[in-house]
Amino acid sequence: MSTLVIAEHDNTNLKPATLNTVAAANAIGGAIHILVAGNSCQSVADEAAAVDGVEKVILADDSAYENHLAESIANLIKSISTDYSHILAPATTFGKNVLPRLSALLDVQQISEITEVVSEDTFKRPIYAGSCIATVKSSDATKVITVRATAFDPVNASGGSASIESISADGVSDLSSFLNEEIAQSDRPELTAAGIVISGGRGMQSGDNFHLLETIADKLGAAVGASRAAVDAGFVPNDYQVGQTGKIVAPDLYIAVGISGAIQHLAGMKDSKVIVAINKDEDAPIFQVADYGLVADLFNALPELADQL
Amino acid sequence: MKIVVPIKRVVDYNVKVRPLGDQSDVDLNNVKMAMNPFCEIAIEEAVRLKEAGTATEVIAVTVGKSDSQEQLRTALALGADRAILIETNSLLEPLAIAKALTKVIEAESPQLVILGKQAIDGDNNQTGQMLAALLNYGQATFASKISIDGDSASVTREIDGGLQTIKVKLPAIITTDLRLNEPRYASLPNIMKAKKKELDVQPIDSMGIDTAPRMELLSVELPAARQEGIKVESVEELVGKLKNEAKVIS
Repeated sequence: MSTLVIAEHDNTNLKPATLNTVAAANAIGGAIHILVAGNSCQSVADEAAAVDGVEKVILADDSAYENHLAESIANLIKSISTDYSHILAPATTFGKNVLPRLSALLDVQQISEITEVVSEDTFKRPIYAGSCIATVKSSDATKVITVRATAFDPVNASGGSASIESISADGVSDLSSFLNEEIAQSDRPELTAAGIVISGGRGMQSGDNFHLLETIADKLGAAVGASRAAVDAGFVPNDYQVGQTGKIVAPDLYIAVGISGAIQHLAGMKDSKVIVAINKDEDAPIFQVADYGLVADLFNALPELADQL
Repeated sequence: MKIVVPIKRVVDYNVKVRPLGDQSDVDLNNVKMAMNPFCEIAIEEAVRLKEAGTATEVIAVTVGKSDSQEQLRTALALGADRAILIETNSLLEPLAIAKALTKVIEAESPQLVILGKQAIDGDNNQTGQMLAALLNYGQATFASKISIDGDSASVTREIDGGLQTIKVKLPAIITTDLRLNEPRYASLPNIMKAKKKELDVQPIDSMGIDTAPRMELLSVELPAARQEGIKVESVEELVGKLKNEAKVIS
């Protein structure tokens, strides 16, 4: 039994979600290899080789993999898949894009966003926006799995000394090609990696009012998020979205401001260690999951909170 | 240009789904059903492409029980020209659904297939990508903007750090994200007209595909409940609790 973990990276650095995915691979057991597919990404392979518990890093360094397009990467993974009983990737937009394609190429039913490994073929995963947890057993020879990063504590980024094996590009596809990318530049931590997250909902009333959250975020070293309602209303871009169809976060502290607490939002944050809710409606469902609830007008409470931090 | 839009009948997003008493599955007795929200966005996008003169025909397809005809009628009321139901009484996994859709797409040979990125029941986020693999089409998932230029499409995708724009050769698979468009409501005259549109029912058994399940559902349970919290009276009290009790800020 051996597991292949698909590394998430930006050709320079390994993304932290890879470490949580290796943790899920540890829970399955057996040898762990990491595939680094990218362009001029030797530094990522070196980083992956240092990850605790990894036996081998497979490096596919080719311009075809620069932008991580699904068609070519799925073909590449398929070409080395016969060596593995399990193939894992983080359930990020990258993993969600590539793995189902691979899964169909292998004629395998993928298991999406696992939150617990019960045994080598049995896993727990949330369904219906996390309203229920299903335990499923796979009968496929190869298990293709995406991993919810927040459900697994990351392994150490150092301590390992894996060998690095280079492989050539295989099955490069021209079905899609990269045009451009707009990656939001921010001095704040990434939403899914932040220790503290402060999110705003429809109660913020406008995108301009998000500066009230940003002031607090900067004092706390926090990331800023939003509910789907706030994204739908056009207050902030979609990459702020926390919830069933957005990002899943589980920081030490989550502060929900002007968010009513629809099940779809709770799906993205209810595993946070400490939850604070600030809402003027005392019956808002968000208070049912909050450790500390403050019934107040956010336009008074936020400046006061900023002053006291 | 012909567009095929696969859709899914799911539990309405307002319903709080619970496990059955014996935890063998979720309890779907007497719950309200609806078209999956991301599928509504897919239909809307296809209809807009038709209204703009880019597309000539929009075909809505679903794989499911006979009652899925209700959601196909909704798709017709929203502007689809005709509909196809691949009828099955089994609850199929995404791979089997993708295989059934492959047969329809091979028969219809559309230039574009648009579907929702995820159904809000199983939260799998798989069918579009699987369909692209089975057809050997390019894929543009999580789309927030689509423009068709001749034999390719430029698609802006919602990715974790922001936006990525790719070009994909046609025919292609596109899956919709939240901000692609705001779906319309069906008007009463259009709901009436939809009743007369063609809805073709094909039994899945006639397609010659393997739909045997690969996964066994062992149990369904409620997630661990959070311990009940407290209400604080002031911002000052809140900051005190976070510093001294929860110790999450300093």
